[in-house]
Amino acid sequence: MIPLSWYLILAAGLFCIGFYGVLARRNAIAILMSIELMLNAVNINLVAFWRFLAPESISGQAFAVIVFAVAAAEVAVGLALVISIYRSRKTVIAEEINLMKW
Amino acid sequence: MTPIQLVFLFVAFATLWAAFMVVTRNNLVHAALFLVIALFGVAVLFVMLEAGFLAVIQVLVYIGAIAILMIFAVMLTRGDVDDIPDITNRYAGWVGLVAVLFFSSLVILMAQWPSFTALAKPILSSRDTIVELGTALVSPNGYVIPFEVASVMLLAALIGALVVARPRKGK
Amino acid sequence: MTFFEDPVVFLSNLIQDLLVGLNLAPSVVTFFMTLLGVVIVASFGLIAVIFLIWLERKVAARFQDRIGPNRAGPYGLLQTFADIIKLITKEDITPDNADKVAFNIAPILSVVSVLLIWAVIPFASGWIGSDINVGVLYIGAVGSFGILSVLMAGWSSNNKYALLGAFRAVAQLISYEVPMLITLLIPVLLARTMGLMGIVEAQSTWFVVYAPLPALIFLISSIAEIGRTPFDLLEAESEIVAGFHTEYTGMKFGLFFAGEFLHAFTIGVLTAILFFGGWRGPGAETYPVLGVIYLMLKALGGYFIVMWVRTTLPRIRIDHMLNFNWKLLVPVTLALLMLIAVLDKAFAGTALYLPALIAANLVVFAGLMVALRQLAVRQRKERKRFKKRPVAKPA
Repeated sequence: MIPLSWYLILAAGLFCIGFYGVLARRNAIAILMSIELMLNAVNINLVAFWRFLAPESISGQAFAVIVFAVAAAEVAVGLALVISIYRSRKTVIAEEINLMKW
Repeated sequence: MTPIQLVFLFVAFATLWAAFMVVTRNNLVHAALFLVIALFGVAVLFVMLEAGFLAVIQVLVYIGAIAILMIFAVMLTRGDVDDIPDITNRYAGWVGLVAVLFFSSLVILMAQWPSFTALAKPILSSRDTIVELGTALVSPNGYVIPFEVASVMLLAALIGALVVARPRKGK
Repeated sequence: MTFFEDPVVFLSNLIQDLLVGLNLAPSVVTFFMTLLGVVIVASFGLIAVIFLIWLERKVAARFQDRIGPNRAGPYGLLQTFADIIKLITKEDITPDNADKVAFNIAPILSVVSVLLIWAVIPFASGWIGSDINVGVLYIGAVGSFGILSVLMAGWSSNNKYALLGAFRAVAQLISYEVPMLITLLIPVLLARTMGLMGIVEAQSTWFVVYAPLPALIFLISSIAEIGRTPFDLLEAESEIVAGFHTEYTGMKFGLFFAGEFLHAFTIGVLTAILFFGGWRGPGAETYPVLGVIYLMLKALGGYFIVMWVRTTLPRIRIDHMLNFNWKLLVPVTLALLMLIAVLDKAFAGTALYLPALIAANLVVFAGLMVALRQLAVRQRKERKRFKKRPVAKPA
């Protein structure tokens, strides 16, 4: 039998890898990929909590479904923004997108 | 060590390795392909957690749509950004340290929690979790409002993405 | 239970008893039985391809007033074996600047994505690889690996034609996945289950009677999914060499080829299961072997239509392909899904159920025809405004 702790440690690891990617990568698309990793870590946690602690209600899975919808929307808008910025500024490096910077 | 534990460890290490590759690969198409492996690993974990519906949706949405969209975007924004020498910004070392500290503190904090090592109780085979999930998502006592909000948000994101990514006329 | 009633269950019980008799742990026995099932279903699919390629060449030849392969073996049946031997002996080339790993994984993924569908196909009463309760969604999910394999192949070849083919392919496959998945939901709605076995069992009347239009749309969008004529823009040889598999040689190309043929037949099988009653037929309940025969006959019927379309229609232009999907198929399928859902709720269990659903199909079809007619009239008027037909002139 697999205890809950294994899933939680895995999710924590995945989240931290995504965290590192979001803050350290320069490419905007790579940042979006890392955000996906973080969202997935959250989803693992939601489903694991549902399965181990509250299997009688279905809320964990319902939450995960909503996270899927959020992830899909986030990627669609995020990539549209990246492509739009690439068109006007010819770069996808997050640091070089500094028009609004003081 | 039971076979199921071995399977879990294999999947978990594959997922983490692939995730690590995603954030460290220079070549973004490779990063996106590793992202596919990581996402598939998460789908396998959903199967092990007896959430088959979510596993299938994970493959359908993440691999079928999101990862492919990522690869597409990478290819559309290629050119001068290909193979830039420093793929991480100047804070990368600090961020890595913070991530490791964050991970260890999370594990230490969670280990204090009494349910940390809880074992799963078997789900009654008479239950149909898909039916339950479907009913919960559309019943007024369940999650109908979040569900509807999510659908409206998806529609808004769809239109927003179209408007943002569309080339301006006359350029 | 005797051998003649249900040979598969009889044999599997026999093997299981044998293994249990060897004092193996129950989990090992289950594992071995599952493995055996996987091997049998996968080899069935791949062996079927050998026959299908011969069949397709024969049928296409007849459509084109030729004889087709007739040298190797009786009726040219051994032609495919000769082709396989040829493919195996060919030089296996990996382009210099190709991405080696992705280049080699892509053809495997292409075949795997099709073979995975066979895991949930109900061959007959009780003969199914895995009766998962999300079978229909599983089919859609597995299809995304096919898209991924095309993209990987096109990108890793490091060839601009391959990449162009991959881009076209992804645009087409993702677009046509939308109407395909929506039409998949209509049998789900009628059968009230997402398991394929449940869908077959619910079809005491074939679903094509309730939903003829969705069945047609499913077939059309599936043909687009496998990228066959008239939707073969992804490997249009007159424009982009061979599309995403331009750089592939030998057996790696053979895998893409086999994957495509198997996919085409799988489309026939799926159409048969979702809309034409699957293995149902006289006597199929008691003798499952009959069920397999019925299913295969129905599937071959579907496959014949795919071949028929392929040999009849020319390739369509890319903007027409996308317009046809987004401006015609998607709205029509959405309207059908909503209409059928409402009518299903209103008339379920009453005598009006069947007439109402058929009427809904007819209304949508009539509305579609009227709209198309108006569109054609408008386009004709527009064309009349030009005295001469627009001709491309050299700059």
